[in-house]
Order: sequence, then structure tokens, then C-alpha cells
Amino acid sequence: MSYTKHCIIEARETRAPFRAVGASLMAAVVLAACSTTGSASAGDDSSVALDEAPKLAAMTEAEGPFPSTYNPYPGVATALVGATVYDGAGGKIENGTVLFRDAKVVAAGDALLSTEGYTVIDGTGKFVTPGIIDIHSHLGDYPSPSVAAHSDGNEATSPTTPDVWAEHSVWPQDPGFARALANGGITALQVLPGSANLMGGRSVTLKNVSSRTVQGMKFPGAPYGFKMACGENPKRVYGGRGRKPSTRMGNFAVNRQTWFDAIEYANNPDAKRDLGKETLAGVLNGDILVHNHCYRADEMALVMDMAKEIGYKVTAFHHAVEAYKIGDLLRENDVCSAIWADWYGFKMEAYDGILENAAFLHKSGACVVIHSDSAQDIQRLNQEAAKAQAAGNRLGMDISDATTISWITLNAAKAMGIDDMTGSLEPGKMADVVLWNGDPLSIYSRPEKVWIDGALMFDAMDRKRRPVSDFELGQPGEGDVK
Amino acid sequence: MKDILISGLLGAVSALVIAASPATAQDVTIINAKVVVGDGSEPIENGTVVVRGGKVVAAGAGVSTPGDIPTMDAGGAWVTPGLFAAVTTLGIWDVGAVRESNDQRAGSAPFSAALDTSDIINPNSQHILVSRAAGITRASTTTMPSSSIFAGQGAIIDLDADAKPVMQAKAFQMVELGERGAAISGGSRAAAYVLFRSALREAAALGQGLPRTPEIGADGEVMLSRFDAEALRSVVAGTQKLYVSVERASDIRAVLALKSEFPKLDMVLVGASEGWLVASDIARAGVPVLADGLDDLPESFEELAATQSNIGRMTDAGVTVAINASAMENTRRLSQHAGNLVALERIPGAAGLSWGEAFAAISSIPAKISGYGDRVGVLKSGALGDVVIWDGDPLEVGSVPTKVFIGGVEQSLQSHQSRLRERYIDLDESDQPKGYDW
Repeated sequence: MSYTKHCIIEARETRAPFRAVGASLMAAVVLAACSTTGSASAGDDSSVALDEAPKLAAMTEAEGPFPSTYNPYPGVATALVGATVYDGAGGKIENGTVLFRDAKVVAAGDALLSTEGYTVIDGTGKFVTPGIIDIHSHLGDYPSPSVAAHSDGNEATSPTTPDVWAEHSVWPQDPGFARALANGGITALQVLPGSANLMGGRSVTLKNVSSRTVQGMKFPGAPYGFKMACGENPKRVYGGRGRKPSTRMGNFAVNRQTWFDAIEYANNPDAKRDLGKETLAGVLNGDILVHNHCYRADEMALVMDMAKEIGYKVTAFHHAVEAYKIGDLLRENDVCSAIWADWYGFKMEAYDGILENAAFLHKSGACVVIHSDSAQDIQRLNQEAAKAQAAGNRLGMDISDATTISWITLNAAKAMGIDDMTGSLEPGKMADVVLWNGDPLSIYSRPEKVWIDGALMFDAMDRKRRPVSDFELGQPGEGDVK
Repeated sequence: MKDILISGLLGAVSALVIAASPATAQDVTIINAKVVVGDGSEPIENGTVVVRGGKVVAAGAGVSTPGDIPTMDAGGAWVTPGLFAAVTTLGIWDVGAVRESNDQRAGSAPFSAALDTSDIINPNSQHILVSRAAGITRASTTTMPSSSIFAGQGAIIDLDADAKPVMQAKAFQMVELGERGAAISGGSRAAAYVLFRSALREAAALGQGLPRTPEIGADGEVMLSRFDAEALRSVVAGTQKLYVSVERASDIRAVLALKSEFPKLDMVLVGASEGWLVASDIARAGVPVLADGLDDLPESFEELAATQSNIGRMTDAGVTVAINASAMENTRRLSQHAGNLVALERIPGAAGLSWGEAFAAISSIPAKISGYGDRVGVLKSGALGDVVIWDGDPLEVGSVPTKVFIGGVEQSLQSHQSRLRERYIDLDESDQPKGYDW
């Protein structure tokens, strides 16, 4: 395959730093143009080579290698009526009606909405939410069974590996995807590299659809994320090998020098292509969102200053167990905290974890996202959110149920850069919808039906309407409710 | 409070004696309560609980209120027995990844079965305080298998605020006979079984004055020392329970078969993710199970059939099953795991538990499996006065205890976490830094 020079030049331009706002749009336009040109001009290219040898050229970053091949599965125009609806954006509708057709949400409103032309599902006594979104997962890159041959989440051979992409590790047959769908109502998730490295590599955002390939799961149009890690893990992994970093100050030194080098690269149109620096330039351009594993409050404050020094933005701190100590700083810097409800004590930097983390952040006006980092907890993000809500409300805070649902829907989508496509039941968004058999913030409720882009992908009332991984075929418990 | 264990010399029969209640126990009648007995029955509205001398005197509906002790109106709140967490590592670690604070594994020690957890319980451990504030009042706790397949001798503890956590030392021995046991003993389950049989035969020989074999070791590492063999004498004699950590259906069958070889073994299965596949065998053998409640992934090849319905299906088959407290992110999630099993009741094809059964699976049943049937985990006459008053349904994730009594003594619910909560409820430093806010 060959591509026109036009594409290559355009792609170079997207490396120029500090073009945050326009850059991602332009890249998308270029990508579309190139894709079209690439296929249509194939015949012309061969005729060019009359007086000169054909030039070899890989696809560029902007041309979008490893593109998503996901397309929504067929669905029927559906009206969910009579349920309590949480719209994901903080709204609640009693006796609501949710309409979707052609893979999109048409409306979420009250009982007066006409359901003519829709297949009506009675949701009386049930609840509707947008699809649940997990911003922090390792499904696929640390899949089940968790044998060494499957351990693909940490390229722990260098403290900075911005060149690796999590999607190249994702095993789409991980049975964990199906559990997250059936028990957790998960419709989208971000799969990140692990935290052994200061810079762990690119994340990938997936639709939680069964697929033979990771490309068949990739969320169309989702920006890439970039995984960074503070604190104990990088210094332990590399310090333990007698190399830098072995301290927190070493962590910062390596990070800063790596960023300085990336800026030089981004400013140099003639630089030799460098996969890692290409990702770092994408961060500097604002095209790639930084997801920074960081537990301690003091370290988060330092990272936010490092980001200012370098000129990038931290989109979210992940595992931020001490975020409650700096809710004001996080609000001022517009950084989300992606957190557990109750994990604590498993490592020194998790010693100060408290149940009130989310509630205190919310009170400070900072952005809260509840995440899993676990093949187990991804099946119960609704319960984890409820736990965090209750901790605040015990102290007299009035965190509404609808707000709590936003912690695992729209807020996650915002921090993943997909909130214009999913995360709430706003008309025109993807019809990623969960019908719960009761209040999703109650332990006694489970997803009854889950639609992804309007297609019914799970139905608790229909044993066959659930994905079963290749791995589980012919094994004891194949197709069990699990 | 210390409920005494009389554990004699090696091999002697352990006898359980409940100590006299401490002076600080408060006699109280709790009225207007939604009473949960903990025996598997459903909650009782407008019930009464009478605690006197550190013990439950009566609980339920139609209980008369004694005139000579204070009355507390629960205002309709849920009142339950304390939860029993089996099996845990409570009290033997502070921070998981801080090795010097963590006594869970003695991988470099020449000892295994001889390890005695009762020596090393720290009642001030934050995990004990945090678990107490989650309504857990008693637990079994043990070191974990590391240098050999034998974990050491676990203890039964209370979670109260006095300095005497150990109720029963050397209450049980734990052994790993699945994938992990195979890895520890040289790379195959077959080796684990040889080690297991050899160890038990050696222990039996010690009891009969027969000649001993030398230590069992490999590559300079001792897998079974004389001290370990001595510690196993009470296991062979059936006077100390043997917790067998095993997941795969075929491994469970193999373990049950060991009873014909060592008939006195008093076994408890731990984990048993594929237990539902052999539930009738387990029931027939009369072996109780501390089962992983929510494991539903083939995380290893010994858990291919794992499902959240495991406990429900085993219970339906007549197996005595409690929720394994070590199969969760932290011990305070015990009630969350129980609540999830109730949710399964409404899912076609799944098997869950009724509310009463689910609560029993974290109270009376683990207590019974641990040797404390009718004494702990129930609000019945004569049981220890562990009473918890909740701010909501105790199996809902949002609920927490408002009062916890252990042995009739009201407990502090404070911890490092509650103090951080109090300090950071606001971020106001206009007068002084946060460091002065305490």
C-alpha cells in the first residue's frame, strides 16, 4: 500500500506543539481525506514510478493505523417506559420514557413522550441509566486466566515506554469483558497499560462488544489516553534493578527530561520518526489525554506543576486515594480524580484511603469518577459509587442518586474525551443504555438488559443473549450465568 | 475480652470455655428493633434484644423487657449479631506492600505448620479497627502458606478494644493443595500430596512413639521440620481443624477422599470455586466450606467453572457454606458480598441466597464452622453479647453500624480513617495549617 505525500506532510504538522484546540479536529479531517485518497489513488501511484523508484512510506499517525472496525449491531427502535431514569448528566425522571432508534438516543423524557413506532418495553419498577463506563481497566491486557503467558500490561523494561500501545496487548477473548457487561452494565471502558513505568504507554478506549479482534472493539472516534504513574511503583521496579528512578525525585527528573526531549522533537519537522515521542507530542498537542496513576496528595500537586512547566494537561489522576486532601487544587486545575470507593492499606501510598474521598471531592467542586482497576470491581461500579455516596450523605451532604450515577457515566466519558458521543441519554448520543431490575445504587439490583449503540447485547431474561468467550467453550460452566 | 481457650499440650483435646464477662459489659434491652437473629431466619420487625452480663439473654418478638436494666430504643433500626469473618489475616499486617509491617507469610523461615498466629495478633491494627466499624466482631485469622503447603496454626479472635484479642489459639491448620500448593512443593500437585501424606504420617508416628523420618527438604529448604510435624499431631488426631485451600472440582474430590485415609481429619474447604460441580459429594462428606462469594472468572485453570452461583448451589445441595472473608478486596466488604448473593435470587439461571441465609453466611455459619455454633454470630440466649445497630439494611453497601457491642461492651468506631475524615471534612487553613487540626 502507498499513500500520497499530502498525508505525510499533514501528519507532520500535527506534531507542532501547543495547538491544542484545533489539532484533534484537523487530524480527524486529514485522516478522512487520507483514507479516501489512499484507496482511490492506488492505481495512479503505480504510474508515477516511470522515472523514479517508488518511495516507501508507512502510514502516519494521522492516518490512524489500527483503525476501529466496530459497527453497531442491528437493533430495533425501542421505547423504555415507566422506569425511573437517571440520565447520566445529573438528571432524574420518574416514570420516564427513553427512546432510541438507529443506534442513537432519540429522547429521554416523561410519560408524555410518544412511543409510536417503537417497540415498548415496560420498565415499571425498574431503572434506566446510560451504559456504565469504566475509565480504568486492564481487561484484555491482564486477562483471565491470569497466567504468565497473558501478562501483557506492563512493558517493564524501561521507566519510560511511551511507544507502547495497550491495544496491542488486548486479548479480546478475555472472559472479563462479558462479566463486566452482564453484571456491571459496562458499555465502554478504557484499557490502560500498567503502572510499573513512569510513562506506561497509550491506552485504548473500547466498546464492550464481543469481537474477534481488538479493532472490532475500538471505540470509534475516541481519543487516545496516555498512562503515567507516580510514586512507589516506578521507583520500586527500577530502583530494585539499581537504575534510575529509585526515588520520587528520580521519578520527576526522568519525567521532566523526557518531556524536554519530546518538546524538541515536536518542534523539529525533520526529526526521525520516533514512536514514543510521537505519543508525547500528541499529549503536548492536546490530542492525547493524560491519565496519571497517583495516590498521594502532595505528589499530585507536584505533577500538576510539572504539567504547567511542560505545557500539557493532566486529564485525570487515577487511584487518587488522597485526592480529598486537595479537592481545591484539583478543582482549580480542572483535573478529575478516578478513584475506588474503599480500597486502602495495601501499599504505603494507599494508607490514607477513606470512604469519604469521592464525597469530599464533590463537595470541593472537583470532578469525581469511580473506577475499578479490577476484573471484579468492574462488575459492580454501581455499588462502589453507592458506597461513596453513602459515606458523604452520612455526614449530612446531600449527594443525589442522579449525581452519583454521573460518577460512573458522564464524568467518566468526559475524562475519556467521549462525552460528546456517550455517557448520558442526550438525544443524538450513542444508544448505550442499561435497564436495571431495580435501583442501580442498591446491592439487590442487577442489569436486566444492556444495549450498545441500540443493539441488545445482554438480556438476563434470555440465556443465549450473552457473549461466551472462545476460551470458555467446552469448559465446565460454559454459558453459565456466572 | 478473652474467651478462653484451653489448649493443652500437643495432641490434647481442646476445650472451649467462655470466660466470665468483663466488668465493663453493659446490661441493656434494645427495643423497637428490626431484629436479625442470624440463624438464617428473616428479620423480625419491632423486636427486642436483651443483653445481660455480656451475653444475649433473649432476642426476637414478644420478648419481655426486664425492669432492672436500661432500655435503648432503636427507633426501628436494624439490630443484628456481630459479623464473623472467616478466614482472614486481621491483626497480622499493617500495610500489604510494606514487608516489615506484614507477618502474613514467613517464606524464608524453616517453619510452616508450627507457625502460631496467636502469638502475633496486634489488636491495634487499623484493619481490626476498620473491620470493627463495619460490624465485624469476631474472626479467624492465620498466616498464609509460603515456605511449605502448610500455613500454620490460625487463631479465633475478637475485634474488641481490649488488649486480649485471642479467643482460641491453634484453632485450625491450613494447607494448600491446589495450584499454589503444587508450586510451593516443587511444581506438581503430585508432590503436594506426597508432602501432605508424609507430613501427616510423620505426625501420626510422633503420636505413637514410632521412629521419625528426617526433615523433608529440597534444595536446602526445609518443607517440613520436626516442629511442623509435631504441630500436625492434633490435625491427624482430629482435635484441630484442617482448612484445605482448594478450588478445582477434581481437587475437591481428591481432598474428600483423604478422609478415608485419615479418618479423623476435621476438614473445612476454603475457596472451592468449583464446589458447585461436586456439591453432592461435599454434602455427603459433611465437610463445610468457606467459599469465595463472587469469584466468577476463570482466573486460573483451577477456577474455570467459577460462578457467583457457587454458594447458592452448594447451599441448595445441603452443604454448610459461609462466605470466605479472604476472597475480597478488604474484610469490611463481607456484607457487600452477602448482599450480592441475595441479588442473584432474581436472576434466571442463577442461584443465590435468601436475605436470612445470606446474613447467616457471614454470621452464624462461619462461627459454627469455626467451632462457635450457637455462641457467636447469633442473637440467641447464651450467645456472646455481640450486637450491632445499623443505620440501614446491613447488607446494603451504603449501610454502616451506629453502635457495636462486643461481649456486651460498646466499642469505639474510631480509626485512622475516621480521624482523617474529621480533619479533611473541610480544607479551611485560614487560621492554622491542617497539621494543627486534631
